[in-house]
Amino acid sequence: MSAEIYQALIMDRSRNPRFAGRPATVDAMARGDNPMCGDRVEVFLHGAEIRHEGKGCAIMTASADLMAEAATGKTALEIATLHAAFKQVVTTGEAKPELGDLNALAGVWEYRSRIRCATLPWDALAQALEHDRFKCDHA
Amino acid sequence: MLDLTRIREDFPILSQQVHGKKLVFLDSAASAQKPRAVINAMVNAMETQYANVHRGLHYMSERTSDAYEAVRDKVAGLLNAASRDEIVFTRNGTESINLVAYTYGRAILQPGDAVAVSEMEHHANLVPWQMLRDAHGTELRIIKITDAGEVDFDSLEQTFADGKVKLLAITHMSNVLGTYTPVERLAAFAHAHGAKILLDGCQAIVHRQVDVQAIDADFYVFSGHKLYGPTGIGVLYAKRDILDSMPPFLGGGDMIASVSYARSTWAKPPHRFEAGTPAILETIGLGAAIDYVENIGFDAIAAHERDLTDHALNVLSNIEGLKILGSAQDRGGVVSFTMRNAHAHDIATLLDRQGIAVRAGHHCAEPLMGRLGVTATARASFAVYTTREEIDALGQGLQRIKQMFQ
Repeated sequence: MSAEIYQALIMDRSRNPRFAGRPATVDAMARGDNPMCGDRVEVFLHGAEIRHEGKGCAIMTASADLMAEAATGKTALEIATLHAAFKQVVTTGEAKPELGDLNALAGVWEYRSRIRCATLPWDALAQALEHDRFKCDHA
Repeated sequence: MLDLTRIREDFPILSQQVHGKKLVFLDSAASAQKPRAVINAMVNAMETQYANVHRGLHYMSERTSDAYEAVRDKVAGLLNAASRDEIVFTRNGTESINLVAYTYGRAILQPGDAVAVSEMEHHANLVPWQMLRDAHGTELRIIKITDAGEVDFDSLEQTFADGKVKLLAITHMSNVLGTYTPVERLAAFAHAHGAKILLDGCQAIVHRQVDVQAIDADFYVFSGHKLYGPTGIGVLYAKRDILDSMPPFLGGGDMIASVSYARSTWAKPPHRFEAGTPAILETIGLGAAIDYVENIGFDAIAAHERDLTDHALNVLSNIEGLKILGSAQDRGGVVSFTMRNAHAHDIATLLDRQGIAVRAGHHCAEPLMGRLGVTATARASFAVYTTREEIDALGQGLQRIKQMFQ
């Protein structure tokens, strides 16, 4: 079995995610749903922390965890840039050195129906950031 | 028994490779592959005998109309309908149900009447009734299923107790659990309670001889593409007096008796429900598909698929951590399962790498997934061309996946 997307890093992060779980207090959150398969992920912001919680496949869970790691400590603008670069990687299969471990998901480009699994947490994060900004603007 | 080698040779696609592996196609419940006879019938029509139907006075149009209408007779024969006029061609099973919901639902059902469906319906037999409820004020009631995946007759009794249910719309075979519903009993029950019965036969028609008169079905729907025919052609069977009572669905050419600027009158069924140029080539393809399955014979098809299903249940239940959904007494060639620690999507992708095609997801039955307490399942489904060896390959593939996810 040589499905290169199921490499050790993906399997490890899906089984033992490091950034999973809802924080005690939450500044903003958003949910991502994939109606195709019922995958669901929630992304929480709390201060500089990013956390995820959900029910889904190995690709989705690993992607959420690697995303939380990569996005922690970054500004909303930096995250948006990362998000765009990540989308390119998972749709073309071409790794980008600046993306580091996120490149582990590059292999999904071959599975059109699975690209959504990898991007679902990122879309939720973008939405959570949007909610957060909206809150600040009106605070 | 079936001559499987010959049957497999009838399906050109089965010799294809996927990711360098022999294709093992276990997703026929979503859409079946097509035998050469169907492909040839459609190509032949385009090459030698094609024009629009019911219009031209010329040779090609008349011959094409004959070929098109001959399929109505074939479908009537397949279902043992009392008359060819009880067969309406649609685009697919979904459109057939929508047609009933839109015409029978709005003209015959009254606000306050109830439509009852089961917990194991495909979205196609749920959403149209929700839309009817919202547009017309009918009620929608859900009949429970047991944990085995069978119709819960206590729940059925309760659902009908106040006499408001005027239509029971229910699957003949679940696309998720493989359960066959006891359709004769359900029809008798519905009729005894003053209701009509609509059967979603999209799955059942592929695997079993269906006799709408023996069942006493009021409506029966199916799609061509699951029955080894092309996409874009479906069937609505309804009893003649019911069709007569129904207003048209779509308006346009072919469905009228006469038209003036002020008003139009409707053609008699079935043409009343077939507005516009129909799916001529697809209908001809469906005719070839019906010939194909009838040639093999439903007794042989049913026996083969029973053998495959028993084998699959055996192989899969030997995989530790794998859970098969549903355990109905009467079940057909569809097996849904989950695996501990492995999501259905991951299973499907990893099987695909081995050339094995299964479906993963909610199978257009999202509420049923909730009822079963799962978000998604993987599903292997069998057809006339499926072999025991392919099921063994599935078993081996799943064993490897299990090791990865343990």
